[in-house]
Amino acid sequence: MTSHGLPRWADVGLLPLINILAAVIVSGVLIWVIGENPFEAMAVMFNGAFVYSGGFGYTLYYTTNFIFTGLAVAVAFHAAMFNIGGEGQAYIGGLGAGLAVLMADSFLPGFLLIPFAVAFAALFGAAWAFIPGYLQATRGSHIVITTIMFNFIAASVMVGLLSGPMMREGQGSPETRIFEPNGHMPYMHEMLGWIGIEVARSPLNLSLVIALAAAVLVWFIIWRTRFGYAARTFGHSPGAAEYAGINTTWLIIAVLALSGALAGMMASNAVLGEPHKIVVNFTSGYGFTGIAVALMGRNHPVGIILASLLFGALFQGGTELDFEFQTITRETVQVVQGLIILFSGALAYMFAPMLARILFMITPEREPA
Amino acid sequence: MAKNKKKDGASAPSLALSLSGISKSFGPVHANRDVALDVHKGSIHGIIGENGAGKSTLMNILYGLYSADAGQIAIDGKPVRIASSSDAIAHGIGMVHQHFMLVKTFTVLENVMLGAEKGFQLDSSVEATRAQLKKMGDEYGLSVDPDTLISDLPVGLQQRVEILKALRGANILILDEPTGVLTPQETQGLFEILRALRDEGTTILFITHKLHEIMALTDRVSVMRQGEMVAHRETAKTDMEELAQLMVGRKVLLQVERTKVEAGEPVLQVRDLEYVDAAGVKRVDGLSFDVRAGELLSVAGVAGNGQTELLYMLSGILAPTGGSIEIGGAKVTADNPVDAAHMRDLGVSHVPEDRHNRGLVLPFDAKENSILGHHNDRELGGLLFDRAAIAERATRQVTEFDVRPPNIDLRAAQFSGGNQQKLVLAREIDAAPSLLLIGQPTRGVDIGAIEFIYSRLMEMRAAGCAILLVSVELEEVMSLSDRILVMMDGRQIGIVDRDAADENMLGLMMAGVSSEKAA
Repeated sequence: MTSHGLPRWADVGLLPLINILAAVIVSGVLIWVIGENPFEAMAVMFNGAFVYSGGFGYTLYYTTNFIFTGLAVAVAFHAAMFNIGGEGQAYIGGLGAGLAVLMADSFLPGFLLIPFAVAFAALFGAAWAFIPGYLQATRGSHIVITTIMFNFIAASVMVGLLSGPMMREGQGSPETRIFEPNGHMPYMHEMLGWIGIEVARSPLNLSLVIALAAAVLVWFIIWRTRFGYAARTFGHSPGAAEYAGINTTWLIIAVLALSGALAGMMASNAVLGEPHKIVVNFTSGYGFTGIAVALMGRNHPVGIILASLLFGALFQGGTELDFEFQTITRETVQVVQGLIILFSGALAYMFAPMLARILFMITPEREPA
Repeated sequence: MAKNKKKDGASAPSLALSLSGISKSFGPVHANRDVALDVHKGSIHGIIGENGAGKSTLMNILYGLYSADAGQIAIDGKPVRIASSSDAIAHGIGMVHQHFMLVKTFTVLENVMLGAEKGFQLDSSVEATRAQLKKMGDEYGLSVDPDTLISDLPVGLQQRVEILKALRGANILILDEPTGVLTPQETQGLFEILRALRDEGTTILFITHKLHEIMALTDRVSVMRQGEMVAHRETAKTDMEELAQLMVGRKVLLQVERTKVEAGEPVLQVRDLEYVDAAGVKRVDGLSFDVRAGELLSVAGVAGNGQTELLYMLSGILAPTGGSIEIGGAKVTADNPVDAAHMRDLGVSHVPEDRHNRGLVLPFDAKENSILGHHNDRELGGLLFDRAAIAERATRQVTEFDVRPPNIDLRAAQFSGGNQQKLVLAREIDAAPSLLLIGQPTRGVDIGAIEFIYSRLMEMRAAGCAILLVSVELEEVMSLSDRILVMMDGRQIGIVDRDAADENMLGLMMAGVSSEKAA
């Protein structure tokens, strides 16, 4: 039983489905009010995300971003810390990845340059999260405040760099030069092509595999290591952590650094994978959406992968929706995405009491233990 | 009491309150099952039962905090429906909770007025409340200065404010375990007030798990066990043995078998120990004592007089601000603090007072709880945990301490209070400590588990472990200790040998009277 009186399968399986259904219904009403057929719109979204040529590739490309940022939020959450700085950490992670490639793509071969750049992305993300972590651990500055402020600082720093010292020469837009090919994360369609599988071109790249590996690694760290044990102890009960002699100062800093590293690694997809340069605002809200992903995925790597897939499909299908319908604009699509976040994030447990009552009525009476 | 009985004989007793068929389940747990209760007007009615017997649930139903699954409530013979605490108040029911629900930064008057303000401006309510407080003070001796801040009042007076608040328009007063935080003298004061209230016609429901309070105070008593009402008695026609048997359903012996143990070398030496908290308040003030191998030293005192801070310093959770602690060859001082992990390495085990927030991680299963504080042990694996080793350790602890159910995959929150305590105790004793710190070992623990815990403590003592016990239960202190240290306001009032002490003397010492005078 969970705290909401739901059996675990209903909490992690049924409830999210009901939440999505509720969001879909409200979105459908919205689209109907605009004057379009909600079923048609839904078909367009679905086809755009899964069926059209390259569509699924795009879906998985976005999924990759969400896995990284979702894991980042989840790791911190297990230690009861709310890292809402994923956006900034990913942004600075992009700076790290970009700097590594810009410095070394003239002489390092790809198989060395790519790991080097990914490591830099993680390191920069970790460093950006380290500062709020250090302030929280030693000065008690609340990370909800500091991490969100660090998002703004990151944004300003990046605009300053991209429109200044890092700007591509002879160009007027705030972005770096395009990386040399040895600094490109290999595309999935290329790699599958080498082994004889033909798939449509899409920005999907090796980062998805890195993201999935990161998910496995996070699972191990959280549930199979001393560090994860200490983090969860602190997350559930700071008093018990103190009693157990866990060094909470160090723990807070380490957990946030790990969280920041995961967010920073998003750059391996959104910078190294495509578009092969640092563009201003390349994080476009993935860091924030990671919060909803983690909430919906119940902070479990498997849940996060599934939730990331949903949000990936929403992003990609939403783009199609924007294309296909005159009346449905980009903003409408964002409203739909917002509804999903609202129902599966903020209102995640709205239907839980009702569901618990229904389940209680339909399950046969069991002998009391 | 005699007066009441005569009244009953003369006419049909008028019932202030009548409950019938009350049932309440939390998931598969029946907290109350078909409970019936009749309370005579103007009497003190005790409800006794072990922790988890369903007393608090029943009172929360009566006060509208829970809704019953089934059953009826009648007040003064009229059926009523109580869906919220405001319904309960409207029907003249007041409740004093186990944990005070006072705004500490408000004055007495503001707290008593809270929830009864009339209108947008407070002037008239303030005057009305002031007049009411004066009246209560005059009539029942329930006097408290209305303009003092709650945070400046001692616990006994804070409780008095709770009572004043609950009495606002109430003629049925519920008190849930009201004596847990009081000194024996304060308890006597409370009893006098309750008797005065009864004599003025207030009906009082007194919830407790302490038998002697039932005997000392109540006119009638109802016994609850495992969610059911098992007996109703007139207090004058029953005795402690019968009530104890009814509570647990079998005969229990609370006498602890103490073998004679020759105390050995001092294991723990505390000198001039001080702790000043962040707010600058001296919580522990100049303690000096030894605990020797094979000796059990109790620290007695009313809760909140520095015992918690003492335990925390000895276990490494807090660093002392003055004085020294010598244990296992190490000397801990303000300049040389030692953390909780290091204290464990020095041979200190700690069963904390607050097992829910310290000793256990409630959402963790028994396996994970079995290594809390020991998760860095080399035998539990290298980079990754050796899960088999953890399961083995948990199984050993659960088996040795007869934890029920013996299922190491259950979360700590799913065990009863007594079994949770056994989980903590098992882990701490499993570490083979040279010094065992143990705080309130039987708080919220049923009698069966208490016996078990006592006998394990005596085994540890016989095996040469030094034990420091902090307890607010004088009976516990009297039956387990070799020596008793009494604390008040962080100070050491005195250390007495058990054989030279009695409850009255300890009570006086807990109120600050030195041991010579108290004796």
